[in-house]
Amino acid sequence: MTIALTVNGHPHQVDLPDDVPLLWVLRDTLGLTGTKFGCGVSACGACTVHIDGEAVRSCQVALGDVWGDVTTIEAQGTPDALSILQKAWVDHQVAQCGYCQSGQIMQAAALLAETPSPSDEDIDTAMAGNLCRCGTYPRIRAAIHDAAAKMSEV
Amino acid sequence: MSRIGTIARRTFLIGSAAIAGGVAFGIYKLNETPENPLTPGTGEAALNPFIFLDQTGVTIITPRAEMGQGVHTTLAALAAEELDLDWQDVRVLHGPPAAAYYNNAMVGGLLPFKEYQMTGWQHMMAGQLDKAGKFLSLQVTGGSTSMRDGFDRLREAGASARETLKLAASDRLGVAAASLRTESGRVIAPDGTSIAYGELAEAAAQIVPPTVTLRDPSQWRYLGQSMPRLDQVAKATGTAQFGIDTRMEGMKFATIRQNPQRAAMSSFDASAAETMPGVEKIIALETGVAVVASNTWLAFQAADAIDITWAPAPYPTDQDAIWAAIEDSFDTEPNSTLRHDGNLVDLPEEATLVEAEYRMPFLAHATMEPMNATALFTGDALQVTCGNQSPVMVRDKCAEATGLTPDQVTVQTTIMGGGFGRRGDVDYAVLAAQVAQQMPGTPIQLTWTREEDMTQDFYRPAAIGRFRGAVQDGKVLALDGKIAGPSVNASAMPRWTGMEASGPDKIHVEGAYDQPYAIPNYRIAGHLTDLGIPLGYWRSVGASVTAFLHETFIDELALAAGRDPLDLRLELMRDEHPPSAACLEKVAEMSGWTGQTPDGIGRGVAFSFSFGTPVAQVVEVAQTDAGIRINKVWVACDVGLALDPSIVRAQMMSGVIFGLSAAAMGEITFADGAVEQQNFYDYDALRMHTAPAVEVAILENKTHLSGAGEPGTPPSMPALGNALFDLTGTRARSLPLMHSFDLLM
Ligand code: FES
Ligand code: FES
Repeated sequence: MTIALTVNGHPHQVDLPDDVPLLWVLRDTLGLTGTKFGCGVSACGACTVHIDGEAVRSCQVALGDVWGDVTTIEAQGTPDALSILQKAWVDHQVAQCGYCQSGQIMQAAALLAETPSPSDEDIDTAMAGNLCRCGTYPRIRAAIHDAAAKMSEV
Repeated sequence: MSRIGTIARRTFLIGSAAIAGGVAFGIYKLNETPENPLTPGTGEAALNPFIFLDQTGVTIITPRAEMGQGVHTTLAALAAEELDLDWQDVRVLHGPPAAAYYNNAMVGGLLPFKEYQMTGWQHMMAGQLDKAGKFLSLQVTGGSTSMRDGFDRLREAGASARETLKLAASDRLGVAAASLRTESGRVIAPDGTSIAYGELAEAAAQIVPPTVTLRDPSQWRYLGQSMPRLDQVAKATGTAQFGIDTRMEGMKFATIRQNPQRAAMSSFDASAAETMPGVEKIIALETGVAVVASNTWLAFQAADAIDITWAPAPYPTDQDAIWAAIEDSFDTEPNSTLRHDGNLVDLPEEATLVEAEYRMPFLAHATMEPMNATALFTGDALQVTCGNQSPVMVRDKCAEATGLTPDQVTVQTTIMGGGFGRRGDVDYAVLAAQVAQQMPGTPIQLTWTREEDMTQDFYRPAAIGRFRGAVQDGKVLALDGKIAGPSVNASAMPRWTGMEASGPDKIHVEGAYDQPYAIPNYRIAGHLTDLGIPLGYWRSVGASVTAFLHETFIDELALAAGRDPLDLRLELMRDEHPPSAACLEKVAEMSGWTGQTPDGIGRGVAFSFSFGTPVAQVVEVAQTDAGIRINKVWVACDVGLALDPSIVRAQMMSGVIFGLSAAAMGEITFADGAVEQQNFYDYDALRMHTAPAVEVAILENKTHLSGAGEPGTPPSMPALGNALFDLTGTRARSLPLMHSFDLLM
C-alpha cells in the first residue's frame, strides 16, 4: 500500500509503513536532505517543515497523519534565487556549522507569515524551540528583523 | 554531483599512492615537503597540495575541516590573496588524508610554557616541535590552531602557484616573466594579452615553482577584511552537504546500540527485530548491535526491539562514587606543579585567608548533527565519507578495523554539523566501516540516535578545585590551587596514538597555571584521578574546567580584599602582560563598568588566556518575574591579527554562548554505570529567549597570531557565576548553575 504525499508542489507515492515520521520519508526516501535530524523527540527544531504553511516538527508527524501540503527548505528559495529571508541570513552571515539553519529558517518563515513585523518577544516565543549548538541566536534575531523590514518594502 | 564533488571523487579515490611524476611539487623546501597527495588528470594540475587547477579555474584544497568556525573561508582567503583570484571565483574543498596537510601549529602547544610569557627562543622551540606534526601525520583540526597553521602555508601556496603560472605564461607568450602580472584569475602581459589560469594548468604542472616572497600586509585586499563566507548560501538553502546527507546508489540506512556502560556486549536476542518492516540485516559487533534497514527510522525502531545484555562498566558506577574517587586523588602526589612561584608556607599572620572548593561536571559535546558516517566496502577497498577533525586517523583506524592497509582506504571529509572536539575521535567512522564490511558492495550510512550520541560520547572531565589564598591591605599575597579529576590525555592518548600519556599533564591545569597574574606566592598543582570513563577534548579543553575555578576564586579574593574585581585583575596583570590588561580595560570601557549595579541587575567579570588569546568578558544578568535572565555579554579579545573580523566576532559569540550553556545547564551524570542524560530535553543549551546579546571588540596588541574558536568559552562561565554573586549574594561554586539559581529556562 502506498501513501500519497505532496511535497514542494510535487505529488509522491510513498511505499513505507504509515508510522514512519515525515522527516525520514523526506530524507531517506525522497532524498530531500535539507531537512535535518537533530533529536527525534521535538526538542531541537532541526526538522522543521511547513504543512499547509504551519511550522511543524517533521520528526513528530507520522506519514499517515500528514494533513496537507508539505513545504521544505528546498522550496524556500534556491542558491540562485534566494528568498528575502534567506538573503537576510546570508547578509548577516548567520550560519556557523549551519546544521540547525534549515529548521531556523522554516520556523522564521512561519513567524513572518503570521507576524510581519515581530518584536523581540515575538521572536523569542516563536524561535524558542529551535536549538543552535553554535549559538548563532544574535545573528538569527538580526536577520529576522532585517527580513521583516525588507518584506514590508515589497 | 557538483563539479567540485567530481574533482574530489576522482582525485581522492585514486588515493595518495598514485603520484604522477612531474606534477607533484612541494611548496617551500621541495625536498622536505611531504609528497603532494592530489592526482590531477589530463589538463589539470596540482601546483602544490593546496592549489588544484583545471580548465575552469582554481580550487583551493584546505588542510583543515569546516565545522562552523569559518575556517574554509579564511584559509581560502589566504591563498586567494596571493593568487589574485576574484572572491566569487573562489572554491574550496577539504583535502584527503595526507602528510602534506599535517597541522604544524599543534604539537608545540603541548610544551609546558606559560604562553603569555614565551620568549623568542621558546616560540622557536615550539615551532621546531610543531614540525613533529609532519612525522605524526597530525592532520587534525583543533586547538584553535588553523590560522596559526595556515597563515604562512596557504599564502605561500598561493604565491608559489601565481609565480609558476607566470613562468608558464612567459614560455607561451615569449615575454619575460617579470613583465607579467596577475589579476582576476588571469596572467596579463604588458600588451594586454591575458590567459586564464586554467589554460596554463598543464604547462604550469611541468615547472618547478620558484622561491617566493609574500606580499606586505599593506597590499592585502582580503586579509583583515570581513569576507562573505563561502558556505552561507548553501547553509541558508539546505543544499550544504553534511556527512549525514551523503546519498549513494543502493545505499542502506543503519543504526547501532552500544553498551551504555562502555564495555563489551555479552549477548543479544534480535528475533523480534529481524521481522520488523524494512530490516535487512542485524550485525553483532564487539560493543553492540547494528541494524541495517531501508530507512533510518525503521532501523531505529528495530534496534529498540533488540534485547541486549551488557558487560558491566569498568569504572565507578554512580556519581557519588565518582566524586569520592576524585576527592581521594587530592591525597596523592600531584602529577604536575607547573606554576610554583614564591613561598606558600610562611604567610603573614595578619593576612586574611580565603578558601573555596569548586565542582565541575562531566559534559557532552552534543553536536547538532549526531554522529554518523557512510562506508562502502568492496573487498579490497573501503570508502568512508564523514565529517571528521582527523582524516588520517579515520583512514588508519578504519583500515585496521577491516583488515585493509591504509592505502586501500579513501576518506572524504564533509563539512560538519558541529565538532567541538567530538569529531576528533573517529569511533563512529570505524563502526560504519565494520558494518559495511559485513555487506560488501552496499554503501551503508550509519546514523546514531541522539540518545546514542549523548550516551556514547567522550566526555569533558569532571573536576574538583580546592583553592586557598591570602589577601592583605587590598593586595593578593597568595593563590594556591589544586585541581583534581580524570585526565583527558590519559584517556584519549592511547585511543588516538596507541601510546600512554606520561609526564606532567599540561592540559589538566591549562587555564589556571598559565594566567598572566603577578601574584607573588602562586602555585597550581594537578592531581589525576584514574577513573576509566571515556574522556575527550571539548571546546577549550583544560581551560573549560580551570577558568571557572581560577576566576571565581580571583573574585573571592577581591571580595576579601575589599577590591573591585576588575580593578584588582588589572593591577595584577598590567605589568605581567600588557595585551591582557588591555582586554580588561577595553571590556570595562565597553560595558561602562563602575563596580556598582542597580537592584535587580548583576554584573561579573572574568578573564582567561587560552590558545594564545587573552579574552576578558563582562556578563550582565537581570532578575525577571520568570527567573534570572542573562542580558548581555561584552567581550574583548586579542588574537594578534584578525584575518577576518566578522568570523572572529562570530567565534567569540559562539564560544560565549557555548560556555554559558554549559555553565547554566550542562551536566552529564552517571547512574548504574550509564550516562543518565539522553537528549536535548535533559541536556539543553541556551535558546533564543535565554541567550544574551553579545558585543565583541577585537584588539591586535599581541605579536603572535592566535586562535578564536575556543578562547571565548572559558571566561564566560566564571563571568556568569560572578554576575550571579553580584545579583544574589550567593557564590556559585558548582556547575551547572541551574541547581543553585533560579535561572530563566
Ligand atoms: S529532530 Fe525533530 S525536533 Fe529535533
Ligand atoms: S549553526 Fe551550528 S547548530 Fe546552529
